[in-house]
Amino acid sequence: MNLTDLALYVALPLLTVAIVLTLIRLGKGPQMPDRVVAFDLLSTLGIGILAVYAIGTNQPAFLDVATFLALISFLGTIAFAYYLEKRD
Amino acid sequence: MSIEVRELIAILLMFIGIFFMVVSAVGVVRMPDLFMRMSAATKSSTVGTSCVLLAAGVYFGNDLGSSSRVVVTIVFLFITAPAAAHMIGRAGYYSGSELWDGTVLDELETRPDADKIPLRRAKKAEDRIRPIILPSSTPVESVVPDGDDFH
Repeated sequence: MNLTDLALYVALPLLTVAIVLTLIRLGKGPQMPDRVVAFDLLSTLGIGILAVYAIGTNQPAFLDVATFLALISFLGTIAFAYYLEKRD
Repeated sequence: MSIEVRELIAILLMFIGIFFMVVSAVGVVRMPDLFMRMSAATKSSTVGTSCVLLAAGVYFGNDLGSSSRVVVTIVFLFITAPAAAHMIGRAGYYSGSELWDGTVLDELETRPDADKIPLRRAKKAEDRIRPIILPSSTPVESVVPDGDDFH
Protein backbone atom coordinates (compact mmCIF):
# COMPACT_ATOMS: atom_id res chain seq x y z
CA MET A 1 0.00 0.00 0.00
CA ASN A 2 1.69 3.17 -1.14
CA LEU A 3 1.14 6.75 -0.10
CA THR A 4 -1.69 7.61 -2.46
CA ASP A 5 -3.78 4.62 -1.41
CA LEU A 6 -3.08 5.42 2.21
CA ALA A 7 -4.21 9.00 1.67
CA LEU A 8 -7.37 8.05 -0.16
CA TYR A 9 -8.54 5.09 1.89
CA VAL A 10 -7.27 5.81 5.43
CA ALA A 11 -6.66 9.53 5.78
CA LEU A 12 -9.78 10.83 4.08
CA PRO A 13 -12.20 8.69 6.17
CA LEU A 14 -10.50 9.89 9.37
CA LEU A 15 -10.93 13.47 8.22
CA THR A 16 -14.55 12.73 7.40
CA VAL A 17 -15.05 11.61 11.00
CA ALA A 18 -13.62 14.96 12.11
CA ILE A 19 -15.97 16.81 9.73
CA VAL A 20 -18.98 14.92 11.11
CA LEU A 21 -17.99 15.75 14.70
CA THR A 22 -17.68 19.41 13.76
CA LEU A 23 -21.08 19.33 12.05
CA ILE A 24 -22.59 18.03 15.31
CA ARG A 25 -21.32 21.15 17.07
CA LEU A 26 -22.48 23.32 14.17
CA GLY A 27 -25.97 21.91 14.56
CA LYS A 28 -26.40 21.98 18.33
CA GLY A 29 -24.17 24.88 19.31
CA PRO A 30 -26.17 26.74 21.92
CA GLN A 31 -25.41 30.19 20.64
CA MET A 32 -24.19 31.89 17.53
CA PRO A 33 -20.46 32.15 18.48
CA ASP A 34 -20.28 28.39 18.96
CA ARG A 35 -21.52 27.92 15.44
CA VAL A 36 -18.98 30.41 14.14
CA VAL A 37 -16.20 28.46 15.89
CA ALA A 38 -17.48 25.25 14.31
CA PHE A 39 -17.62 26.95 10.91
CA ASP A 40 -14.05 28.15 11.29
CA LEU A 41 -12.89 24.64 12.18
CA LEU A 42 -14.85 23.26 9.24
CA SER A 43 -13.03 25.46 6.76
CA THR A 44 -9.67 24.61 8.36
CA LEU A 45 -10.49 20.91 8.05
CA GLY A 46 -11.39 21.59 4.44
CA ILE A 47 -7.88 22.89 3.82
CA GLY A 48 -6.48 19.67 5.28
CA ILE A 49 -8.82 17.57 3.14
CA LEU A 50 -7.67 19.42 0.04
CA ALA A 51 -4.03 18.76 0.90
CA VAL A 52 -4.71 15.06 1.49
CA TYR A 53 -6.69 14.87 -1.74
CA ALA A 54 -3.84 16.54 -3.62
CA ILE A 55 -1.55 13.77 -2.37
CA GLY A 56 -4.11 11.07 -3.13
CA THR A 57 -4.78 12.12 -6.69
CA ASN A 58 -1.21 13.30 -7.37
CA GLN A 59 -2.51 16.68 -8.51
CA PRO A 60 -0.65 19.64 -7.00
CA ALA A 61 -3.28 22.05 -8.38
CA PHE A 62 -5.45 21.35 -5.34
CA LEU A 63 -2.88 23.17 -3.19
CA ASP A 64 -3.89 26.40 -4.96
CA VAL A 65 -7.46 25.72 -3.91
CA ALA A 66 -6.23 25.20 -0.33
CA THR A 67 -4.52 28.61 -0.36
CA PHE A 68 -7.64 30.26 -1.73
CA LEU A 69 -9.82 28.54 0.89
CA ALA A 70 -7.52 29.79 3.65
CA LEU A 71 -7.94 33.37 2.42
CA ILE A 72 -11.71 33.15 2.06
CA SER A 73 -12.33 31.39 5.38
CA PHE A 74 -10.35 34.04 7.24
CA LEU A 75 -12.51 36.75 5.67
CA GLY A 76 -15.69 34.87 6.54
CA THR A 77 -14.69 34.35 10.16
CA ILE A 78 -13.71 37.99 10.58
CA ALA A 79 -17.02 39.11 9.08
CA PHE A 80 -19.03 36.81 11.36
CA ALA A 81 -17.14 38.01 14.45
CA TYR A 82 -17.60 41.66 13.45
CA TYR A 83 -21.34 41.37 13.00
CA LEU A 84 -21.71 39.33 16.19
CA GLU A 85 -20.04 42.13 18.08
CA LYS A 86 -22.14 44.83 16.42
CA ARG A 87 -25.39 42.99 17.07
CA ASP A 88 -27.50 44.23 19.95
CA MET B 1 16.52 12.09 -1.39
CA SER B 2 15.02 8.98 -2.79
CA ILE B 3 11.36 8.40 -3.40
CA GLU B 4 10.90 5.99 -0.50
CA VAL B 5 12.33 8.27 2.14
CA ARG B 6 10.24 11.16 0.87
CA GLU B 7 7.06 9.09 0.94
CA LEU B 8 7.85 7.86 4.42
CA ILE B 9 8.26 11.43 5.71
CA ALA B 10 5.04 12.42 3.96
CA ILE B 11 3.11 9.52 5.53
CA LEU B 12 4.45 10.38 8.98
CA LEU B 13 3.59 14.08 8.69
CA MET B 14 0.17 13.35 7.22
CA PHE B 15 -0.86 11.06 10.06
CA ILE B 16 0.49 13.41 12.73
CA GLY B 17 -1.60 16.17 11.17
CA ILE B 18 -4.69 14.03 10.92
CA PHE B 19 -4.33 13.05 14.57
CA PHE B 20 -4.29 16.71 15.58
CA MET B 21 -7.26 17.54 13.37
CA VAL B 22 -9.39 14.71 14.78
CA VAL B 23 -8.39 15.77 18.30
CA SER B 24 -9.52 19.32 17.60
CA ALA B 25 -12.87 18.10 16.25
CA VAL B 26 -13.38 15.96 19.35
CA GLY B 27 -12.50 18.95 21.51
CA VAL B 28 -15.02 21.13 19.72
CA VAL B 29 -17.73 18.59 20.45
CA ARG B 30 -16.74 17.74 24.02
CA MET B 31 -15.60 20.99 25.61
CA PRO B 32 -18.16 22.69 27.87
CA ASP B 33 -17.49 26.32 27.06
CA LEU B 34 -17.21 28.61 24.04
CA PHE B 35 -13.69 29.66 24.92
CA MET B 36 -12.41 26.13 25.48
CA ARG B 37 -13.99 25.09 22.20
CA MET B 38 -12.33 28.01 20.49
CA SER B 39 -8.97 27.05 21.99
CA ALA B 40 -9.35 23.45 20.82
CA ALA B 41 -10.56 24.49 17.38
CA THR B 42 -7.80 27.00 16.76
CA LYS B 43 -4.50 25.73 18.10
CA SER B 44 -4.79 22.04 17.42
CA SER B 45 -6.33 22.41 13.98
CA THR B 46 -3.67 24.94 12.94
CA VAL B 47 -0.89 22.49 13.81
CA GLY B 48 -2.76 19.61 12.18
CA THR B 49 -3.47 21.44 8.94
CA SER B 50 0.10 22.69 8.80
CA CYS B 51 1.44 19.16 9.19
CA VAL B 52 -0.80 17.85 6.42
CA LEU B 53 0.19 20.72 4.14
CA LEU B 54 3.83 20.05 4.97
CA ALA B 55 3.30 16.43 3.99
CA ALA B 56 1.95 17.61 0.64
CA GLY B 57 4.94 19.91 0.27
CA VAL B 58 7.34 17.03 0.94
CA TYR B 59 5.45 14.77 -1.45
CA PHE B 60 5.55 17.34 -4.25
CA GLY B 61 9.09 18.21 -3.25
CA ASN B 62 10.63 18.15 -6.73
CA ASP B 63 8.15 20.80 -7.86
CA LEU B 64 9.30 24.09 -6.38
CA GLY B 65 6.06 25.92 -7.22
CA SER B 66 3.87 23.57 -5.21
CA SER B 67 6.22 23.55 -2.24
CA SER B 68 6.40 27.33 -2.12
CA ARG B 69 2.59 27.58 -2.25
CA VAL B 70 2.44 25.15 0.66
CA VAL B 71 4.82 27.33 2.66
CA VAL B 72 2.76 30.44 1.85
CA THR B 73 -0.42 28.70 3.00
CA ILE B 74 1.19 27.59 6.27
CA VAL B 75 2.49 31.09 7.00
CA PHE B 76 -0.92 32.55 6.23
CA LEU B 77 -2.62 30.05 8.56
CA PHE B 78 -0.22 30.83 11.39
CA ILE B 79 -0.86 34.55 10.95
CA THR B 80 -4.64 34.52 10.57
CA ALA B 81 -5.84 31.74 12.87
CA PRO B 82 -4.97 33.52 16.17
CA ALA B 83 -6.46 36.78 14.90
CA ALA B 84 -9.71 35.08 13.92
CA ALA B 85 -9.89 33.22 17.24
CA HIS B 86 -9.28 36.44 19.13
CA MET B 87 -12.10 38.18 17.29
CA ILE B 88 -14.53 35.29 17.83
CA GLY B 89 -13.69 35.13 21.52
CA ARG B 90 -14.10 38.85 21.96
CA ALA B 91 -17.42 38.86 20.11
CA GLY B 92 -18.61 35.86 22.10
CA TYR B 93 -17.68 37.44 25.41
CA TYR B 94 -19.32 40.77 24.66
CA SER B 95 -22.45 39.19 23.26
CA GLY B 96 -22.98 37.41 26.56
CA SER B 97 -21.72 33.89 26.01
CA GLU B 98 -21.81 31.82 29.17
CA LEU B 99 -18.58 30.93 30.92
CA TRP B 100 -18.04 27.46 32.30
CA ASP B 101 -19.03 26.91 35.94
CA GLY B 102 -15.49 25.96 36.89
CA THR B 103 -13.95 29.14 35.55
CA VAL B 104 -11.74 30.62 38.23
CA LEU B 105 -10.65 33.91 36.68
CA ASP B 106 -12.46 36.39 34.46
CA GLU B 107 -10.14 39.35 34.15
CA LEU B 108 -12.41 41.35 31.87
CA GLU B 109 -15.08 41.34 34.56
CA THR B 110 -13.02 43.40 36.98
CA ARG B 111 -11.49 45.87 34.60
CA PRO B 112 -12.11 49.58 35.30
CA ASP B 113 -14.62 50.24 32.55
CA ALA B 114 -16.55 47.01 33.02
CA ASP B 115 -19.76 48.98 33.46
CA LYS B 116 -19.57 49.96 29.82
CA ILE B 117 -19.95 46.37 28.71
CA PRO B 118 -23.59 45.58 28.00
CA LEU B 119 -25.08 42.23 29.02
CA ARG B 120 -22.35 41.76 31.61
CA ARG B 121 -23.14 44.59 34.00
CA ALA B 122 -26.26 43.18 35.66
CA LYS B 123 -24.73 39.76 36.13
CA LYS B 124 -21.65 41.26 37.70
CA ALA B 125 -23.64 43.43 40.13
CA GLU B 126 -25.67 40.47 41.34
CA ASP B 127 -22.58 38.37 41.75
CA ARG B 128 -21.20 40.98 44.10
CA ILE B 129 -24.29 40.82 46.32
CA ARG B 130 -25.22 37.17 46.27
CA PRO B 131 -22.62 34.93 44.72
CA ILE B 132 -24.37 31.58 44.62
CA ILE B 133 -28.08 32.10 43.99
CA LEU B 134 -29.70 33.92 41.06
CA PRO B 135 -28.16 31.98 38.22
CA SER B 136 -29.61 33.56 35.11
CA SER B 137 -33.08 34.70 36.12
CA THR B 138 -32.50 38.37 35.31
CA PRO B 139 -34.19 39.41 32.11
CA VAL B 140 -31.80 40.56 29.49
CA GLU B 141 -34.05 43.51 28.63
CA SER B 142 -33.29 45.18 31.97
CA VAL B 143 -29.78 45.90 30.78
CA VAL B 144 -29.73 49.12 28.85
CA PRO B 145 -26.50 49.60 26.94
CA ASP B 146 -25.02 53.02 27.16
CA GLY B 147 -24.09 53.06 23.54
CA ASP B 148 -21.46 51.45 21.49
CA ASP B 149 -18.49 53.10 23.13
CA PHE B 150 -17.16 49.84 24.54
CA HIS B 151 -15.40 48.93 21.37
